[in-house]
Amino acid sequence: MTKARGSRTGSGAAQTGLFDDVSSTKTSRKTGKTISRKTANTARKASDKAPGPVAGPKPSGGKTAGLQVKKKNRPARFTAGKRKPAKQREISVSEFFAKNRHLLGFDNPSKALLTTVKEAVDNSLDACEEGGILPEIHVHIESLKEDRYRVTVQDNGPGISRKEMPRVFGSLLYGSKFHRLCQSRGQQGIGISAAGMYGQITTGKPVHVVSKEKRKPAHRFAILLDTNTNLPLITKDEEVEWDISHGTMVEIELEASYKGGRHSVDGYLWQVALANPHVTLHYAPPKGGPVNYDRASRKLPAEAKEIKPHPKGVELGQLMKMLKETKYRNLHGFLTHEFSRVSNKVADEVLDGAGLKAQMSPGRAHRDAAEVLYRSIQQAKIMNPPTNCLSPIGEDQLLKSLKSRHEPEFAIAVTRPPSVYRGNPFLIEAALAYGGGAFSSDEPVKLYRLANRVPLMYQKSACCVTKSVIETAWKNYHVPQSRGALPVAPMAILVHIASVWVPFTSESKEALASYPEIQKEIKLALQECGRKLGTYIRRGRRLADAQKKKDYIEKYIPHIGIALQEILGLTDKKRATTESKLRDILERSRKM
Amino acid sequence: MASKKKINIVERIRREAGSVETRVNRGRKPTMKFPVRSLQNVSYQARKGYFEIMGRTKERTLTVNTVKTFAQTLRMMALSKELIETDDIATKREAYYVSKNWGEARFKEQPESDTVMEDVEALFRVNREQLGFIPEEKGGDVAGQLVVIDIDPSTGKKLRIDCTKFGSGAYSIPISVEQLEFETKAKFILVIETAGMFQRLVKHSYWKTANCVLVSMGGVPTRACRRFIRRLADIKKIPVYVFVDGDPYGFMNIYRTLKVGSGNAAHLNEFFCVPQARFLGITPKDIDDYELPTHPLKDVDIKRAKDALKNDPFVLHHKPWQQALKQMIKMGVRAEQQALAKHGLNYVIDEYLPQKIKKTSQFLP
Repeated sequence: MTKARGSRTGSGAAQTGLFDDVSSTKTSRKTGKTISRKTANTARKASDKAPGPVAGPKPSGGKTAGLQVKKKNRPARFTAGKRKPAKQREISVSEFFAKNRHLLGFDNPSKALLTTVKEAVDNSLDACEEGGILPEIHVHIESLKEDRYRVTVQDNGPGISRKEMPRVFGSLLYGSKFHRLCQSRGQQGIGISAAGMYGQITTGKPVHVVSKEKRKPAHRFAILLDTNTNLPLITKDEEVEWDISHGTMVEIELEASYKGGRHSVDGYLWQVALANPHVTLHYAPPKGGPVNYDRASRKLPAEAKEIKPHPKGVELGQLMKMLKETKYRNLHGFLTHEFSRVSNKVADEVLDGAGLKAQMSPGRAHRDAAEVLYRSIQQAKIMNPPTNCLSPIGEDQLLKSLKSRHEPEFAIAVTRPPSVYRGNPFLIEAALAYGGGAFSSDEPVKLYRLANRVPLMYQKSACCVTKSVIETAWKNYHVPQSRGALPVAPMAILVHIASVWVPFTSESKEALASYPEIQKEIKLALQECGRKLGTYIRRGRRLADAQKKKDYIEKYIPHIGIALQEILGLTDKKRATTESKLRDILERSRKM
Repeated sequence: MASKKKINIVERIRREAGSVETRVNRGRKPTMKFPVRSLQNVSYQARKGYFEIMGRTKERTLTVNTVKTFAQTLRMMALSKELIETDDIATKREAYYVSKNWGEARFKEQPESDTVMEDVEALFRVNREQLGFIPEEKGGDVAGQLVVIDIDPSTGKKLRIDCTKFGSGAYSIPISVEQLEFETKAKFILVIETAGMFQRLVKHSYWKTANCVLVSMGGVPTRACRRFIRRLADIKKIPVYVFVDGDPYGFMNIYRTLKVGSGNAAHLNEFFCVPQARFLGITPKDIDDYELPTHPLKDVDIKRAKDALKNDPFVLHHKPWQQALKQMIKMGVRAEQQALAKHGLNYVIDEYLPQKIKKTSQFLP
């Protein structure tokens, strides 16, 4: 829970910590002062370096980095002033993540391979959709040495301009997605550059990128990431011939291990195809022949609109940052323009409640004022955020997808109306595919967890989706389930959450955090599917029963005929007509 | 007379089957009406002295769910018709084996075939012997002051069987007792539950000292046994005393069945009951009076006693039996006939029975 909050509040939380430090310098002890200043410096420098709105350290990253600095210097604190403090230096975000690669999903070689493919594919899909292009993606994994692989991902997206390219691939936390509230696969701008960095750390080789925009020449780059400065180092920059009209190809060499199966790249891409019926995927694994997933639909998902943050979804630290950075010159303007769902009336109410003047300049609202404002926002009645920013997969598309991949005997999909957790709109979709020979009937159901169309591969049991599936009473729908376990049935369950900010339990995006609002929505969606499934199963049972009855009748009618013949001395012909009449009578009664 | 009866039954079977056939050919669901065979459908006729069947019937309509039993019932009727027409008999077990030739309609276990047979029996309100079916079990043993006059099956001549002349053995009650005649000067009939107690009384010629007829039931009395005692008691007008274990099974399943009949074969109780029977022992009071060694009542015993207090029309009619059952439940113990051996092996002959028989008015009804 707290972890998730950290990830959601992003730089806000980090910032809060930093400001706390700064403001507490007055009271802190001698050594504490220097440390907190240093930390603040680090953060500021980092944010200075990042151009535009890209801010400083990543949530937990920044915080942890700060902590590490403190830890290193702990001995110095005890000997305050007597001995020269141990060497203190800045830590760059890249450096921090290089040492804490597990936070990004590079804990082991096989996971590293998956994460690399995943980040590249996510980026490609986001790029294509933003450009309004039906994505066609090639994934190629080559085995170079025993533990050395080359991952190549090519898309038909709009391409990346020559100027942007080094930054996108060679700088952590550079991205377009972190600071806007908009449903997209990537959230933080860590992904692909982290993958590149991992490759660079393990093999020393740069990331190779070829990209071509429409009617422009293709460029080929080899990019290294300077972990000290979080800046890209370009080792090669050349114009090349590429016979496609637009697209991007990324090539990363890394230390990894390939294992086939459901939890590997194979399973991941399979699920990507399932979750994105509009995508065509060509996959060439290191072992075995190529796999193609053709698109089941030519409909691009509706474009997700960007929204402003909802006041209730903003935490104090973030509020303070927004106050500082806003271009609006009074609090009233700040509230009505920087947030969604704040009308003049609501702004007045909030300011009244806080006892602040509408004319007050946001820049002069110091910490205490911000806190009163924050509390007042929590008290105020504010309409839920707009939900047109969400782009569900859609019931039809889900059904198409499930049917084309599983060929089930019964499938059902449900898209719930949008809902809100902590000021963030979200929407749950659930789908079931039942029977049809693709599944085993004495194993737990297959569970596909999707967040903004991205399959979640690890930490199944820690995930809110799994918990919700387990807590749903499947027995009501004639699906066997033992207590505290997934139901056992020849069935696949798919749950998709679409949100402007998906609450993951960690940066590696493996499991959904259990917000009660989200869990409730998931359960409602599952129950809706379950009811339909129950009806289907019941109908199936009824038909089977009817057939059994028919067979049963067939079994015993001749004996009634024989007995009547023996007692009454009927002719064979008379017996046959009696038997057939009897059959008619019973068949008729069966229907009633 | 017998042959007329036979034709009569064959005719009734044919009529029943005929009505089924006509209904089917008219496109209607055939039905058969059976009397309900349970204690719920009997009333205790104190004046007549037995459980009389009430009018309640269950209608078995041919539906998907009943098609199997319906077929089996009809086939059983066909078998019965064949038996009567060829003047043959089949034991219940044999009838079960015959069904094995019925393909899918065969019975899995004998109790299934017995139930269907009893249904047919009740349907026509006849004795199963009249349908050509005979029971497996023997009727019971007799020893004492009695001459049974039977007919020699090979010669057709009358045969005098003196029940005093079996030494340490006994005369076996045949399956059919209707043709028997009796000669006796005995003062009473003593009906005994266990073969062991019967053996003891025969060995020491108790029938000689007490001038009585001894009958061993060997558990719940068979129909033949009940009918034998009934005819003997009716014809010779002698009292019947019943001596069974002191437990709810002895009271209800054995004594009550002997005296007033059962719920299961209620349509036959009129013939298969012994209304003049009186309960000699062992009563709950005996357990105290004779300081008998006891065993605790089992759960089934308690349940049986409570059921009887609630549902058995016979118990509901007789206060003394209600008191006896309540007393037994309260004591929580039961005692077997053989428990009297505590006071010496022949205590039962020398003390218990003579003392009891002096006070027949104190016997339970």
